[in-house]
Amino acid sequence: MDLVQLQRQLVDYRTSLYHEGFLDEQFTQLQSLQDENNPDFVVEVVSLFFEDSERLLNELSKALEQQVIDFKRMDAQVHQLKGSSSSIGAHRVQKLCIVFRNYCEAQNVEGCLKCLQQVKHEYGIIKTKLESMFQLEQQILNAGGSIPV
Amino acid sequence: MEVAGEVLASEFQLHVLAVDDSHVDRKVIEKLLKISSCKVTTVESGARALQFLGLDEEKGSLGFNGLKVNLIMTDYSMPGMTGYELLKKIKRSSAFREIPVVIMSSENILTRIDSCLEEGAEEFLVKPVKLSDVKRVMNDCIMRGETEGNNRRRVDKRKFEDDNHASSSSSSSSSIPSSPSSPLPSSPSTAATSSPLHSLKRAKLRDHN
Repeated sequence: MDLVQLQRQLVDYRTSLYHEGFLDEQFTQLQSLQDENNPDFVVEVVSLFFEDSERLLNELSKALEQQVIDFKRMDAQVHQLKGSSSSIGAHRVQKLCIVFRNYCEAQNVEGCLKCLQQVKHEYGIIKTKLESMFQLEQQILNAGGSIPV
Repeated sequence: MEVAGEVLASEFQLHVLAVDDSHVDRKVIEKLLKISSCKVTTVESGARALQFLGLDEEKGSLGFNGLKVNLIMTDYSMPGMTGYELLKKIKRSSAFREIPVVIMSSENILTRIDSCLEEGAEEFLVKPVKLSDVKRVMNDCIMRGETEGNNRRRVDKRKFEDDNHASSSSSSSSSIPSSPSSPLPSSPSTAATSSPLHSLKRAKLRDHN
């Protein structure tokens, strides 16, 4: 695939992520903050998001396995996940966190379990999609091109 | 012109202390502030923020690395000490009460906004924070806070030359694009009453997203 095709593929891919509600304008904000002085800014922030999310999802899984469930602590953890997903524009994950928090507040175990599965699922999708997007960007850079805005 | 701007910016760069327990948010706010030509120190908790300021020992407003803090931006919801509690500690300290404090929160709860502003917060920003928010904060808070604070500080005895240098260059600083030629006339109390409307408007706008 030549450079122009790669660039077009990237633009199409990115556009679809917005259209399908995986990403929102906050992601665009992050991209606008990236420049030649800090060309890996978006990748770095997203990597932090991946780290934080995986840690939180693990903790939430463990919390729901306990005999006595600490809903308050879970709520705080979901709040953190909601915050970081909002900060990078991971729209679907953020929306699910809002629902999740409602279940925590209602101390609804079934609801929480279901929500956790959904969040894990959505998180998995956005992680794969963002990694694919970064790979495409890297291919473009390797081919000597620049990443279209 | 550009060169002069750069020279002035390097002579007097605003030092912002950003407090947030979220690693992601610390990275983002740091970038937003650096793009806005600020020196940034990020810490992960209110306790660390107080340590950095040296509040425990009332040493003065210099942090460990000797840089004066011109603005504090803190997340509201943090484990341990909340941003609100940090705000109160700062506003109740004689050494640091003049440092403008901005609260950031993902939840725009009216009572929360009100209590923060009542305790002396300059602004309440709804997350996710954008570059336009940071630029606005700089224009609103720094110019007002710095010029007023420096006017008052001239009366108090100051041990460090930095302050004198900073205060003399702040009024003529061109590091902020739309800096007025004269200090803004509003006082902290006016700020508290005028900003709720401002922040509420912003909070409402956010809701629609």
